[in-house]
Amino acid sequence: MTRTADLATAALLLLIGLIAVVDSLRLGAGWGSDGPKSGFFPFWLGTLLLVVTVVIAVQAWRRGPGKPFVTREQLRPVMQVLWPAVAMVALTAVIGLYVASALYLAFYMRWVGRHRWLTVVLISIGIPVVTFLVFEQWFLVPMPKGPLETWLGY
Amino acid sequence: MGLENLLLGFSIAVTPFNLFVAVVGITLGTIIGVLPGLGGANGVAILLPLTFTMPPTSAIILLTSLYWGALFGGAITSILFNIPGEPWSVATTFDGYPLARQGQGGQALTAAFTSSFVGALFSIVLITLFAPLLAEIALRFGPPEFFAIQLLTFSSFVGLGGGNPLKSLVSILLGFILAAVGLDIVTGQLRMTFGITDLMKGFDFIIAVIGLFGIGEILLSVEEGLTFRGAATGMNLKVVLQTWKILPRYARTFVRGAFIGFWMGFKPGGATPASFMSYAFAKRFSKHPERFGKGELEGVVAPETAAHAAGVAAILPMITLGIPGSPTAAVMLGGLIIWGLQPGPLLFTEKPDFVWGLIASMYTGNIIGVLMVLAGVPFFAAILRVPFAILTPLIVVVCAVGAYAVHSSMIDVWYMMIFGVVGYVFKKLDYPLAPLVLALVLGDLAENALRQSLIMSQGSLTVFFTRPIACVITVAALFFLFMPILTPWWRRLRGLPPTPSAPAEA
Amino acid sequence: MRQISTSVLLLMLLAGTLLATSAAAWEPTKPIEFVVPAGTGGGADQMARLIHGIAEKHKLSPRPIIVVNKSGGAGAEGFLHVKGKKGDAHTIIITLSNLFTTPLHTGVPFSWKDLTPVTRLALDQFILWVNAETPYKTAKEYIAAVKEKNGTMKMGGTGSAQEDQILTIMLEQAQGVKFIYVPFKGGGEVCVNLVGKHVDSTVNNPAECVSHWKANRVRPLAVFDTERIPVGEWKGIPTIKEALGSDIHYLMLRGIFGAPDMPKEAVDWYVGFLKKVTETPDWKKYMEDNALKPAFTSGAEYVKWVEENEQLHRDLMAKGGLLKQ
Repeated sequence: MTRTADLATAALLLLIGLIAVVDSLRLGAGWGSDGPKSGFFPFWLGTLLLVVTVVIAVQAWRRGPGKPFVTREQLRPVMQVLWPAVAMVALTAVIGLYVASALYLAFYMRWVGRHRWLTVVLISIGIPVVTFLVFEQWFLVPMPKGPLETWLGY
Repeated sequence: MGLENLLLGFSIAVTPFNLFVAVVGITLGTIIGVLPGLGGANGVAILLPLTFTMPPTSAIILLTSLYWGALFGGAITSILFNIPGEPWSVATTFDGYPLARQGQGGQALTAAFTSSFVGALFSIVLITLFAPLLAEIALRFGPPEFFAIQLLTFSSFVGLGGGNPLKSLVSILLGFILAAVGLDIVTGQLRMTFGITDLMKGFDFIIAVIGLFGIGEILLSVEEGLTFRGAATGMNLKVVLQTWKILPRYARTFVRGAFIGFWMGFKPGGATPASFMSYAFAKRFSKHPERFGKGELEGVVAPETAAHAAGVAAILPMITLGIPGSPTAAVMLGGLIIWGLQPGPLLFTEKPDFVWGLIASMYTGNIIGVLMVLAGVPFFAAILRVPFAILTPLIVVVCAVGAYAVHSSMIDVWYMMIFGVVGYVFKKLDYPLAPLVLALVLGDLAENALRQSLIMSQGSLTVFFTRPIACVITVAALFFLFMPILTPWWRRLRGLPPTPSAPAEA
Repeated sequence: MRQISTSVLLLMLLAGTLLATSAAAWEPTKPIEFVVPAGTGGGADQMARLIHGIAEKHKLSPRPIIVVNKSGGAGAEGFLHVKGKKGDAHTIIITLSNLFTTPLHTGVPFSWKDLTPVTRLALDQFILWVNAETPYKTAKEYIAAVKEKNGTMKMGGTGSAQEDQILTIMLEQAQGVKFIYVPFKGGGEVCVNLVGKHVDSTVNNPAECVSHWKANRVRPLAVFDTERIPVGEWKGIPTIKEALGSDIHYLMLRGIFGAPDMPKEAVDWYVGFLKKVTETPDWKKYMEDNALKPAFTSGAEYVKWVEENEQLHRDLMAKGGLLKQ
């Protein structure tokens, strides 16, 4: 329900506001002799965030449950993008960005797009290779690499 | 000054070799502009070693052309995929992307490139005529003036969004809080890092934007089951001519955007705030502010004109004062030193051929640039015809690569994913994203400038009113800030109905 | 004639032996990551990019060098990044004084002892600058004015609890005066604020102010060193001791460290590589233009110098009340 989502978001925002306030008190949230101290702005920003978020939460509560935040049919394609993407980022630490992105591209194209294997293989290998040439070779921006790249001597 | 200097410049800039160099630079720059995470600074750093074998003028033409290319290119992914290729094209997404979704990507791209060119031209003419004088004006801007400018940018933008004003406020607060994470340069203390190394560098604006806009939008569009209507875009250059017929309508927006951009470009990092401010003013003064954000061509014209005008103006402090207006300019400065030139106030008198060659190349570079990117419009628009199941993962990969490239840091890729989910949830719950992004950009700059000012005045806020330039800007900023409150009051005073005809707030 | 050919022969022999030794020794096998724990455009960044440029121009490295800026947390981001690359032979970092000041002030857990010392390249000077339109021709006149204005004169500097503020405090304590210290993000910005008269004086490095000096917008009053800068027009600037009678000297390290436990052969290669860099005319010109003090050293001598300097910073910062409480 939208209300649940609103309240959950509000809870998270409250947490952020609280972190800001607590840390600012540690730094000193006052107005020193030469202007505001380190914690002055974060403290008031955090405090204001807490207040506004509470008001929003109350508004959301009063409004009633509302329409569903997201339906099952809507959520499915979102998760199809999100989870494999999270897996790709997690895998990057182990096998490097190039291989992880190739796997992700192949997985999504085949699983969701049902493209022909030939297309899948060509694109999922081609894109990382182009990325490698552009970033690693051309602009000298190193990307995280894994065993494959080490084996190839990079 | 005078014409003979500029003619000398053209005689240097318009040689076959230097024109060739400009074409190469613009091509590379456009690629850099398209890829989020890769900035002009990367490109310039890479090309720098190549320039040792060239005369310094060709070398600076190569580097600045790359910079123009990046300025043009930033709009492409903003319009097509809602991913700002460069920070200053964030505001271009607001209307550019809806236009592309409606099958008008070609028009949006044409408007963006043309506006960029107009903005650039405006700045170049001013630089040609008044460079040394403008440098003097730039010097008068100390911390109080900069804070006043940040305040003006911000106050011109607030009260513009629709929906729940409390949720807009939350977005602003969240943006400012995120901007405060990391080192506080005024006291050298770490804020909200809790000893976690990855938090020390704070939240980079471009990472947040790639996530909030790029990934967030992908999630929203797959949820809606929508595909791009790329097929509606024609594959020929007719769209350019058709758009040009409409553009003169926005003459005032062009002029306003160019002024804002040029004026803000003096300040390091000025292009991004300039694009936001220009967008905000375009909306405020429009007869149809309700159309903004839904695919209004003027909403593309305004930020692009200002961004490119500011981008060109940022070169000025580099050559006249020796301070870089952007990270890209910083790397170029390094180049000047390696070529044996001393950037700074003496460059104009000691190396006139270099300076005027550079200024002339601004004209040639931008003319070549706009012709090249306009010729590419049908091609760029055709990217949207790529099948959905290929485009979606491709955009995710581009976002991940871009997020990593900014600081070569893996945690940034995770931040980007989190911002992606935040962007998706916020959009669904009607929390506006633009104020968050603007607060993230301005937070750091504004707080530093404010506190520097207060240290200078020993804690007294009057510093913003006792200095003439700061005073004018601050008063203007306060006026815009309180306009939504003042307007109904003013109208009641004059016996008019309380709701204004042009809704400045909603 | 004969002499020339002998020397040519000798040179060739020398080159031959050099080639032979270098072929057997360690060489980079992948791109070298060169970390700058500061933002783009500052002194450290300029130097890193100069080294990169010289290496490319004279083909001194078989593999490309990639300059990466990691300026977060007053450089802590960069230092911690390199600290995490234990045993890596392809990561080096250029340091400035934040190698000492950042851990002392913020308590971020790193120390130069975590890294492998490679070489000291140069030492950077500090100069007391005022705006050229002010009437102060000497440091003495300026300090007298500061005294008279009773703590309302503004000193601009880079960052907080870093070298510029340390120097300001040293000057305050030695002369019994008081400044309002205004921190800015980078050295170039500091000098422009002096030109724009938003601050009254600065302690900028020569490189950050030299172009404004040549344009007659700022005036150097004294060098914070024990002797005058021996090159070019810099010779005319008195030392702080000559000008004010109190001996305040401070030099900033421009040196290179490697990842923790970097293999010995790799360190040797970097020392040789950087030695070659410092022998190029481009490097020498840069050093001279920016009044940097050539101070190439490596090995035990470097370590000893760093040790002494860490202690010096601890003392100075303790005196100035800048240590983390």
